[in-house]
Amino acid sequence: MKSVKKILALVLAVVMIATCFAACGSDANDDKTDAKEIVIGISGPLTGSTAQYGLAVQNAAELAAKEINEAGGINGTMLKIIAADDEADTGDKATSAYNFLKDQGMQIFLGTVTTGSGLAVVNQTAADGIFQLTPSASGDDIIKAGDNCFQICFTDSNQGSRSAQYIAENNIASKIAVIYDSSDAYSTGIYNTFKAECTNRGITLVAEQAFTKGNTDFSAQIQACKSAGAELVFLPIYYTEAALILKAAQAADFAPKFFGCDGLDGLLGVKGFDPALAEGVMLLTPFAADAQDEATQSFVTAYKAAYNNEIPNQFAADAYDGVKIIAKLIEQEGITADMSAKEIGDKLKVAICADGFEFTGLTGAGAPLTWDAEGAVSKDPAAVIIENGAYKAL
Amino acid sequence: MGFLSNLINGISLGSIYAVIALGYTMVYGIAKMLNFAHGDVIMIGAYVVYLTSVKAGLPPVLAVVIAMVACTILGITIEKVAYKPLRKATSLAVLITAIGVSYFLQNIALVIFGANPINFTSVVNVPVIKLFDGQIVISGEASTAIVVSVVIVIALSLFIKKTKSGKAMLAVSEDKGAAQLMGVNVNRTISLTFAIGSALAAIAGALLCSAYPILSNTTGAMPGIKAFVAAVFGGIGSIPGAMIGGILIGVIEILGKAYISTQLADAIVFGVLILVLMFKPTGILGKKINEKV
Repeated sequence: MKSVKKILALVLAVVMIATCFAACGSDANDDKTDAKEIVIGISGPLTGSTAQYGLAVQNAAELAAKEINEAGGINGTMLKIIAADDEADTGDKATSAYNFLKDQGMQIFLGTVTTGSGLAVVNQTAADGIFQLTPSASGDDIIKAGDNCFQICFTDSNQGSRSAQYIAENNIASKIAVIYDSSDAYSTGIYNTFKAECTNRGITLVAEQAFTKGNTDFSAQIQACKSAGAELVFLPIYYTEAALILKAAQAADFAPKFFGCDGLDGLLGVKGFDPALAEGVMLLTPFAADAQDEATQSFVTAYKAAYNNEIPNQFAADAYDGVKIIAKLIEQEGITADMSAKEIGDKLKVAICADGFEFTGLTGAGAPLTWDAEGAVSKDPAAVIIENGAYKAL
Repeated sequence: MGFLSNLINGISLGSIYAVIALGYTMVYGIAKMLNFAHGDVIMIGAYVVYLTSVKAGLPPVLAVVIAMVACTILGITIEKVAYKPLRKATSLAVLITAIGVSYFLQNIALVIFGANPINFTSVVNVPVIKLFDGQIVISGEASTAIVVSVVIVIALSLFIKKTKSGKAMLAVSEDKGAAQLMGVNVNRTISLTFAIGSALAAIAGALLCSAYPILSNTTGAMPGIKAFVAAVFGGIGSIPGAMIGGILIGVIEILGKAYISTQLADAIVFGVLILVLMFKPTGILGKKINEKV
């Protein structure tokens, strides 16, 4: 018996050592092949409570890259999209997703998808000097860590103040309540600027209710909004919690208007969610799939054909624009596949905010997008309302 | 009116905690172990209800019954595989095993059902009750949770007092060795306890996910821990204690959210646990057992 065990242990040890070497060998090979491809990395939640965002970004980026590659690439250089799952985590999962992408040879970073994960990696991306273009991490601090990071989405402060402005200018409601996630940088960021803008305009918030990550019982928050007589509840949060809040409001027979930001995009895509609950919910988005312009229509058609007839959300549109922006920059700056991430980063971070560079795409309502040196984009959000289970421009 | 609404919401949440706490308290009372995997059995139960009622379209009551059967089998299996071999081991070893089983169930659910949370469709089809011109609204889920938990506590109390198996449970909880000498099959009694506790977990899972319609592999974890606090609060081992503890914890949580801080609600609940352990370690209805030397 003893000798059998010894032999077994020896065999196992040999196998383990062999697999170690095998792994090293294949890694080295991967770096050598595909020399004509520029690798764009995406880090986003591919699973978990905000998975719709990460998957939308990944799908749309792959679609954009496919279109570019099929048209012959950029002066013969192809784009390759790789994605890593950060689960919208604010800590080690975000950093390990970024490191994984780096190990895979990422040269340009189209990430992160969420603000929380973005804040976890921006210092590292700044230190690495890689060109970072985030499709949807809207936090104000995302672009402050370094000069290498740029946003395609509008910033949280922009979303918060624009929401307050929209509500006030259109006289939607005078008694406003807020329910926000105090454990999330995105949600708190919008809440703060929303509140500041409301104060500026002389609107008082009748109830300000917070919750923390993982909370599922919103009856107390809804009750507080109801008791305060709120006509509108502002929800600067993500769709998973929003679905629970809408259900809690229904259970309490409380039917105010609900108004949200880009985090509510995806509400209608929640599995098993009753779309009737979302009827009349308003949200800010730079992209509505029902817009009639040609660029939007051809994107929506191509996206639906490629991904099970799914209607693309604004994250998909932002990511699609992102790949096209990168392609435009690559062409303009003469970037080649053999350049390192740092070399590419040094060129692109100057080029994107240089005078004269602009991009017209799906988001931004037809107006060309430009970037300031800080990294923020010139883009105004537009409001949509959910009617009969679909978005309708307001 | 706001206070009354909050109170009703608290009682409704507390009733769900109570049903979960019953599972903890029964297993502790009889096997003298803390089954930390109980919360995850709830999660599995909720998934079974989801698969049978929403996916397969079976009527809700039948779905819950199927989930009860599935959880009973799961509970007995866990007991046979993980806990029975450790019957003579230290209580710490059993505790660690229970935590291991908990993680095992969470991760197996992650593999089977994926990481995307499911929006659970309520299986409760009870009309909304409106009082005082609609100022107080009691949802069907809330009233069902309250009624179901009361029925379960009464039924369990009667079962333990009146039936032979129930009396055997009581005997095992008081003295395992003596009960065995009197002809009680201790192993069977413990299995029965796990079976009942797990069946209750399935009901709790259906109630929990109907009231808070989100289902993921960690859905049972937090309610499980809070129900454990409730069981300790009410006096672990005592069935009416679990009911009282559950409802009090639910009310404390909701009132704490409404009047102290929405963000400190969990801290308040666990603060209560610390206070109970400091001033009345046996809980509200717990009996003080003098260790004989």
